[in-house]
Amino acid sequence: MKPTKKRNNGKPAKAQICLRVNGEPVEVAFAPHKTLLEVLREDLALTGTKHGCELGECGCCAVLVDGRPVLSCLALGVALEGHEVTTVEGMAEGAKLHPLQEAFADLGAAQCGYCTPGFLLTAKVLLAKIPEPSREQIKDALAGNICRCTGYIKIFEAVEMAAARMAGKPAEPSKESIYGRR
Amino acid sequence: MDGANGTKRKDLRVIGKPHRKVDAASKVTGQTKYADDLVFPRMLYTKILRSTVPHGLILKIDTSKAESYPGVKVVLLGKDLPIPYGALPVSEDEHPLAIGKVRMMGDPVAAVAAVDEDVATEALDLIDVKYELLPAISSIQAALDTPEPRIHEYGEYGNIHRRQVYEFGDVEVGFAEADFIREDITFYEGSTHLALEQHASVAQFGHDGKLTLWTCTQDPHYLHRSLAKVLELPQSHVRVIATTNGGGFGGKCDPFAHEIIVSKLAMMTGRPVKICLTREEVFYCHRGRHPVLMSTKTGFKKDGTITAMHHRTLLDGGAYGGHGVASTFYTGVLQPTTYKIKRYKFEAVRVFTNKAPCGPKRGHGTPQPRFAQEIQMDKIAEQLALDPAEMRKKHLVPSNSLTVNWLRIGTMGLGKCIDKVVEGSNWKERFRKLPYGKGIGLACSGYMTGAGTPIYWNSMPHSGVQLKLDRSGGVTVFCGSTEIGQGSDSILAYIVAEVLGIDPFDIRVVTADTDLTPVDLGSYSSRVTLMTGNAAIQAAERAKEMLVQAVSTKLEVPADRLCFADRRVFDMENPEKGVTFVEAVWLAETKFGTIGTVGSYKPPAAPGKFKGSGVGPSPAYSYSAAVAEVEVNPETGIVAVPRIWMAHDIGQCINPVLAIGQIEGSIYMGLGEALMEEMTYRGNRKVVHKFPSFLEYKSPTTMEMCDVITYLIEGQDSNGPFGAKEAGQGPQLPVPPAIANAIYDAVGVRIDEVPITPDKVLRAIRAKAKGQEGRYGPTVFPHCDMPASIFVPTPEEGGDGKAVERQPVLA
Repeated sequence: MKPTKKRNNGKPAKAQICLRVNGEPVEVAFAPHKTLLEVLREDLALTGTKHGCELGECGCCAVLVDGRPVLSCLALGVALEGHEVTTVEGMAEGAKLHPLQEAFADLGAAQCGYCTPGFLLTAKVLLAKIPEPSREQIKDALAGNICRCTGYIKIFEAVEMAAARMAGKPAEPSKESIYGRR
Repeated sequence: MDGANGTKRKDLRVIGKPHRKVDAASKVTGQTKYADDLVFPRMLYTKILRSTVPHGLILKIDTSKAESYPGVKVVLLGKDLPIPYGALPVSEDEHPLAIGKVRMMGDPVAAVAAVDEDVATEALDLIDVKYELLPAISSIQAALDTPEPRIHEYGEYGNIHRRQVYEFGDVEVGFAEADFIREDITFYEGSTHLALEQHASVAQFGHDGKLTLWTCTQDPHYLHRSLAKVLELPQSHVRVIATTNGGGFGGKCDPFAHEIIVSKLAMMTGRPVKICLTREEVFYCHRGRHPVLMSTKTGFKKDGTITAMHHRTLLDGGAYGGHGVASTFYTGVLQPTTYKIKRYKFEAVRVFTNKAPCGPKRGHGTPQPRFAQEIQMDKIAEQLALDPAEMRKKHLVPSNSLTVNWLRIGTMGLGKCIDKVVEGSNWKERFRKLPYGKGIGLACSGYMTGAGTPIYWNSMPHSGVQLKLDRSGGVTVFCGSTEIGQGSDSILAYIVAEVLGIDPFDIRVVTADTDLTPVDLGSYSSRVTLMTGNAAIQAAERAKEMLVQAVSTKLEVPADRLCFADRRVFDMENPEKGVTFVEAVWLAETKFGTIGTVGSYKPPAAPGKFKGSGVGPSPAYSYSAAVAEVEVNPETGIVAVPRIWMAHDIGQCINPVLAIGQIEGSIYMGLGEALMEEMTYRGNRKVVHKFPSFLEYKSPTTMEMCDVITYLIEGQDSNGPFGAKEAGQGPQLPVPPAIANAIYDAVGVRIDEVPITPDKVLRAIRAKAKGQEGRYGPTVFPHCDMPASIFVPTPEEGGDGKAVERQPVLA
């Protein structure tokens, strides 16, 4: 991080850092009090990362820093020098969606879609640690992410389906999760 | 005839099948643009200074320091926007910024437009406001007891905003016929939508004198009208683009101060102006569930026949009218849609208090009375020693009938719903038979599929669709409907694809733009699928007819033999003989010129003809039954809900995955309101919101969400598109009473108010252990003078739907 200077009106000048975002090297300058959330959205135009409270309470803004989920509204941008950040924009490989994204789309696990990026990234870390998690392990991993639309059920089912597909199993949504119980 | 008869249509290719939503890919990749994602060159940022007192006169505002702060462009005050507005024409009691008086903590007082958000925030600290405090009103009782000072200068009198009294048949006659009468007093606490997206808007004003507002509104059409009025612009110069809503649940229906403020600032500065509210400010916008105190007096016979119901509600409206007059009606008008009630009297009072204004939240005004009614049904069954499921089934409102208050019921599948959840939950083996601490409870509900009347009086369509077919074979659907996550964009694509025999993903959908799309009234009252769906069918059928004529001539095949499927138009008797869909469009464009069609939908006229009969009628009613399973810890009072069974009478599913998603989401929201969500305030004098934050306003996380077993009860309602009814609100309603009834089954105490927090359960358990009544809930229903009722003879009595001068039957 470069030293800050004072502007005429007493405001500090911009900080400048180098980091990697979604696999690409990035150099960015911003007011040093900015959070990672603000740097991503406002200075790097990565608006896929959302915010619901900006106080670390809702999980919307979760991104990955060096592969671990971080609430970007609670992380200072200047602390990211040299780190690797993954946002929802970095989940798909080219035109190919990540299995979690496919599963969320198939099962309607994204209704309004606003909490979805945070859920996807948090679930991605879970599957990296536990490739085929139990329902309880999924609930535990996603407990910090609030969703007001889905009641979480389709999200759990989507994580399970993605996990199965990533394990090479031909997983399709169950009849019950599509049509209900007969 | 049972309309929701479980039949499935076999002839449909798209409808009734699982499909991705048309916006699914953009939502899972972060590409969807919500309002706060929009950025324009030279954009200014706005922050709003809000009242720090709950009720007061503004003695002085000094903005000089803020105006001269570097980077500040404009400081806006109430006097700059003098025209009042409000969601309903009968209660236009809001100003974008306070004029002379503030009515709640968080009322907007001044707004700053500056070069960035930091400068705007810093400038707010430089504005000096002096208030003279007025006594603050924090509760229904206080509002009834305190006529002066008035929060508003309009309304009934004192701090009473609205009183309504309706009587359908003489209830005293009904009570005289009853074997038993019971009166239960219940309370349903207020709660908020807590949509994840904080409200955000961006306005731009062009040198052509035209305003564009991008905003997360559920109702762009109504906002369009309010903006034109307050900003004194011709409506044709105002364009509202509703950005994809990051959740709505009713919280983005009202026109909001911040939407008008950024528009005015854009007009003054000639630059794009943005605002994004903080979560705390979103709590002050509120418009959520009204706290409602209810008294339900019901006369019934030994078999559970309801001879009369006198239902009274008192609503805490908060500081403004908003949709409150409609909410007030809804605390009573849908009660008679589930079980036959011979005579019904409904009295409702809405008061003003110095709190964030209440309004429409999922179920709009109906979860509260449904809670009252359904826990009372459980008590009646207990009193009569009847099985609550069997008793309910005996007295269902029949299909194709009129309710006591003149609502026309079409298909009615509640009996099937009850059967399904009773069977699925193993009800008969478990009800009243589980060990202490475990219990199951049943509750039911009915809900509207769209309101029969618009918010402002007019006879035009409620939904319009335009369809464009071009020679690429491309089909574009234009409709004013607003995507709030429920899938309204996708519904349009599925329906047009079904009619035209193409794939939903072949279609482009353009929605929620008042310049580009025909009016749809908005995403409220579960109206969108039914109304836009019917309009889309009409537009698509008209386009299909043009294609049929052109292809019929070309192929020399009679029009009635042409079939549209698999992106082809072909002779159904000789499927090889046909053209591609693209060729069909070419032929039609050659024959008729540019192809564009329209479709409209307007609900059928309501049978009730009395004043106020416009609230309650709907083209179709959906029905739901729920069984909740609970585990109550008698030592701590903590209630866990492991599982809920829900059967929903949906008519024809347009897309079962989305329907189930709506039902699961409804159960979730009902669970939150039942157990933890509450919009409550500290102190009588200061009236500060207890916890305007995501962390402390408790809502269910993954850890509290229950398992859900859903049954879709399908059939076809003749008023729905392909027979569809709603799914987005109705299934929430039975959840809180089902949980309350299950708690009684588990530990033998009645919790007659929500949220059912551990302290309430524990108090009731302890009271019972001491030999007192095992109950927690309100015991007094305060008195309020009421006007004479609007008296309407019931359909059974041979009424004609009109009010009459009252003829007392009992001398």
